[in-house]
Amino acid sequence: MAVMATIALLVVAVSRGEPINALWIVVAATSTFLVAYRYYALFIGRRVMGLDPARPTPAVYRADGLDYVPTDRRVLFGHHFAAIAGAGPLVGPVLAAQMGYLPGTLWIIFGVVIAGAVQDFMVLFVSMRRDGRSLGELVRMEMGAAAGTIALVGTFMIMVIIPAVLALIVVRALAESPWGMFTVAATVPLAMLMGAYTRWIRPGRIGEVSILGFIGLILAIVYGQSIAASPVWGPIFTFTPIQLCWILVGYGAVASLLPVWLLLAPRDYLSTFLKIGAIIALATGIVIMAPPLQMPPLTKFIHGGGPVWSGALFPFLFITIACGAVSGFHALIASGTTPKLIASEADAPMIGYGGMLMEAFVAIMALVGASILDPGIYFAMNSPAALLGNSPESAAAAVTAMGFPITPDALVQTAKDVGESSIISRTGGAPTLAVAMAEIFSHVIGGPAMKAFWYHFAILFEALFILTAVDAGTRAGRFMLQDLIGLAAPSFRSNESFVPGMVATGLCVAAWGFFLYQGVTDPLGGVNTLWPVFGISNQMLAAVALMLATVVLFRMKQDRFAWVTVVPMAWLLICTVSAGLLKLFSSDPAISFVAHARKFSEAAARGEVLAPAASMQEMERIIFNDWVDAGLCALFLTVVLSLLYFTIKTILEARRANGPTTREFSPQAVPAE
Amino acid sequence: MKALIRALRQTGRLMVGQPCYETYLRHVAERHPDRTPMTRVEFFRDREQARYGGKHGGRCC
Repeated sequence: MAVMATIALLVVAVSRGEPINALWIVVAATSTFLVAYRYYALFIGRRVMGLDPARPTPAVYRADGLDYVPTDRRVLFGHHFAAIAGAGPLVGPVLAAQMGYLPGTLWIIFGVVIAGAVQDFMVLFVSMRRDGRSLGELVRMEMGAAAGTIALVGTFMIMVIIPAVLALIVVRALAESPWGMFTVAATVPLAMLMGAYTRWIRPGRIGEVSILGFIGLILAIVYGQSIAASPVWGPIFTFTPIQLCWILVGYGAVASLLPVWLLLAPRDYLSTFLKIGAIIALATGIVIMAPPLQMPPLTKFIHGGGPVWSGALFPFLFITIACGAVSGFHALIASGTTPKLIASEADAPMIGYGGMLMEAFVAIMALVGASILDPGIYFAMNSPAALLGNSPESAAAAVTAMGFPITPDALVQTAKDVGESSIISRTGGAPTLAVAMAEIFSHVIGGPAMKAFWYHFAILFEALFILTAVDAGTRAGRFMLQDLIGLAAPSFRSNESFVPGMVATGLCVAAWGFFLYQGVTDPLGGVNTLWPVFGISNQMLAAVALMLATVVLFRMKQDRFAWVTVVPMAWLLICTVSAGLLKLFSSDPAISFVAHARKFSEAAARGEVLAPAASMQEMERIIFNDWVDAGLCALFLTVVLSLLYFTIKTILEARRANGPTTREFSPQAVPAE
Repeated sequence: MKALIRALRQTGRLMVGQPCYETYLRHVAERHPDRTPMTRVEFFRDREQARYGGKHGGRCC
């Protein structure tokens, strides 16, 4: 297996000039993951953590049949994977393909083995030994109350950024696309019907209702085509990005106040099962089709200046592919429901380390998807409209000038194949992946005639779970905000009274709505600005989780194994801090928010209007947005650096102590339920 | 084959936050013989609220 991994990696790394087959990447990833799981995960489990299969887990000693249930490890693996897999591992790698397939592939493969999977596994371990507590509580227990509060503030900021960036992806995918818009809009009444079914007709029959819902989805896609073509209905479902932005903000506010059984729960059934199904189908499709990669291994954009996102390979590649290589958000899941369900400590490597390897595999497939497309199409879809212009001719000319020759006819034909009016500047990653999925699926089932169907199926699948994430994220953000405000005004914590809930929901929606609006009106497409902010925040949370893990290792007196978490922690700190500093202090206005704001302020002072702004008012708004983004980056840096201070302080204390100082819960101390 | 289908069903249900009802019944019977367990529908609603209504609604990016 190790030999196979080496050979496949060598083929991927050494091939130049001729297109290589996607399967080489898949084989390289799979065999590396299996080797890492077999040796590294077990080494961490046995030697570093000292997992003890005989030691009762919270699921055993607190068993209540509800939250704490010892669960078969295969069943739990499915649960954990479904909880961590989302839009992140699909979008990030697609955006990263602007540097060619090689940098992204290598970062996903080595990042997950050394950083991502280690982080998930360590947090799961730490939480499992502490009653299944959440990340914020764990930081407080091991690093003190101040550190715990800072971690909570950092987590809340991520909760604001995630809905904004995800909603932006939906806006980019559905704007001016009546077919896509109709199918996604149809899921709202469809989910409500499903909710009524599980409420009154056949309560609890999840399988049945999901199958009915799935049939409804397929019908919505099929009829979407005629709706989009209809002269009456087509225009009704055609929206500009700004209209869509307001629709989503309104949707987020209303949906997060509705009872959960009506919309959130039934749509989550659909999005969860569709997500798992689509991932399995994509893997099967890639293996059957075995497509050659058309993207070159490296493009000239590795030194910066790329149209999809700004900045050079270091540090920006490592924050663009967040989920898939290492994702801080997983620390919230690994300290959420999973540690309360794990039946034996011996299962932890498979769930924690293995689950993340699986997610990295999804990221690899997304990267393969983006790389099998003609690079000309890839850049025409992912570059901002300000660069491409609006006609196929101008876009083809601009992309050809980048060094990726493409004809206007090819752009028109691709749009026609997938049933859209245009594919130019459909940024955000989701539409690109949908074109790739349509390519792969139609190769296996249905041929070219089915391409448009599969494209809209892929868009629907992505939009569905993004909307669920927006809805659930708003709810979760509301509770976190109530807790945070409750630190100052305790009466705000009450979940029963109406006003605090409304106020907190309103604040949450306003917060992510602000960033969404900013992204939608950004002439550079928004993804350019928002995705790096999201990446920095997510990797920052990963660094925090790894700091916690490092502290715990030192407090366990496992100093000699601390490199297991120190190495990835140091790497993430280097990446996030240097990316954050570049975003603040670089002299290049394409990278730094501050330099960009200065450039525009100076122009405004001279009375000049700089493109892409069209009026003085727009200039003002761009400057304001820049300062908000810069402030956010500064805040992230403050969070991560102050937590680093607490980490070092706690480690020094732990080193001075004579024995272990860690605060594990002893199973005997907790009465069984 | 039957066991496989059972495991798949359980996995699917747990993915959307519904643990096994039979396990719950067994737990109540063993540990709290004096209590009346929730019915299947009550159990479903309870778990639905716990997954979606509470603080742990955060979904991954």
